[in-house]
Amino acid sequence: MLKKPHYIVVILVVLAVVILFKLPGQTVGRFKLAISGLFLPLFGLAGSTHEASLQARGVFVSRRQLVDEVEELKRQNDQLQFRLQQERETEFENERLRAALGWARKGPWQTRLARIIARDPANWWRAAQIDLGRRDGMKPNLPVVTGAGLVGKISSVGETRSQVVLLGDPNLRVAAEILLGRTNIETGVIMSTSTGPQENNMVDLGYLSGGSAIAPGQSVETWGGGVFPSGIPIGRIVDVQTTDYGLSKEARVQLWASMNALEEVWVILQ
Amino acid sequence: MNWLHVSFILAAAYLAVFAEASLNIPRNWIGAQVDLLPGLMVYTALTNNIIVIGILALSAGLSFDALSANPLGVSVLPLFGIGFAIDRARELLWRDSVFAQFILGGAASAVQPLATLFLMLNLGGAPLLGWRSLWQWFAMAAGGAVATPVLFAFFDRIHQTFDYQPAAESSFRPDREIKRGRL
Repeated sequence: MLKKPHYIVVILVVLAVVILFKLPGQTVGRFKLAISGLFLPLFGLAGSTHEASLQARGVFVSRRQLVDEVEELKRQNDQLQFRLQQERETEFENERLRAALGWARKGPWQTRLARIIARDPANWWRAAQIDLGRRDGMKPNLPVVTGAGLVGKISSVGETRSQVVLLGDPNLRVAAEILLGRTNIETGVIMSTSTGPQENNMVDLGYLSGGSAIAPGQSVETWGGGVFPSGIPIGRIVDVQTTDYGLSKEARVQLWASMNALEEVWVILQ
Repeated sequence: MNWLHVSFILAAAYLAVFAEASLNIPRNWIGAQVDLLPGLMVYTALTNNIIVIGILALSAGLSFDALSANPLGVSVLPLFGIGFAIDRARELLWRDSVFAQFILGGAASAVQPLATLFLMLNLGGAPLLGWRSLWQWFAMAAGGAVATPVLFAFFDRIHQTFDYQPAAESSFRPDREIKRGRL
């Protein structure tokens, strides 16, 4: 037999949940941001601890190791300078050709570095929070990348932090292209993986035509036209299978960006 | 109801949600994030009244959903349901046995994600599910089962440190008083 306090608590909890379910999306988003704001001191503390541990690590690194690292970085810097010169020539050539054809000039992306401060605690979403918000110029749908490739896009923005929906989440689909030759391009859609959520670095590439000549090893990048600018590397095809009695194909794609080791990302502003 | 004890439980829930969002070790090693909230609810339901169970379900569930892409409030009802069920059967459960704590923690950690997913699917959500979700479910249940006795031990230690301890029984009994004579 239930006592009076039991009835009251059950009614209050159920009522609170029903009200939350019935609230409009924007109000729920504001509630979420307000509640998650309670965790800001802890996220700040975790960030400071991380910085302090990095500084403390510097104390224990030997001088020999530092000298070796400087030498290695100088070598890499020389190689990159050389490659940059080559890239510059290609860029000038590209600009000349675009001007000759009357195509719009393609400028470099404006980016902003962000730190991942939290991952989605639930196992059935792929999302993360970054330490940049509205005051830093963040807006919904801005693409998020690492040096290796595409990571996801911003889904909601708070004053000081934003939520990023990562590749492989059921709520994120990306138009992608595979370069098969100089003029031959195959397009498809990057979706969450059907093999399950454990393979964080694997996604599916669907809606490919049955006659396409895609094969394992080929690179996949963003097609452009929507939220994402064209040409952001996504990953490489691991395997291909025929679906719908040969009418279409589906491929599994291994992402270039390592989703398990995300610490810092770049948000493309423009 | 000891409000100091309640505030420790709420602080533990706050830290548990933060740890689940910021620690990636379980996610990277076993492919699933272990949820500590069902184990905490088992402890709360066996040691506190229904009001504290309701407060914990609301605060912990809302905090979890706020840091997640879950619809806000979807974790509250499963947590409250676990607490309510244990509260109703409290007289039948042996809370001091580590094995009982292990089983209760495992069962609660197994039921909580299933109930949350059931609610979410009925609300029209499309979470990431596949065959490997079974492994994640098992890992969450096993992790919760292991964590629950640890939570009990932790809170018992806090209880010993901060609460008044029952006075030790005196050995003095008036009916056995020895009356010494002169010899």
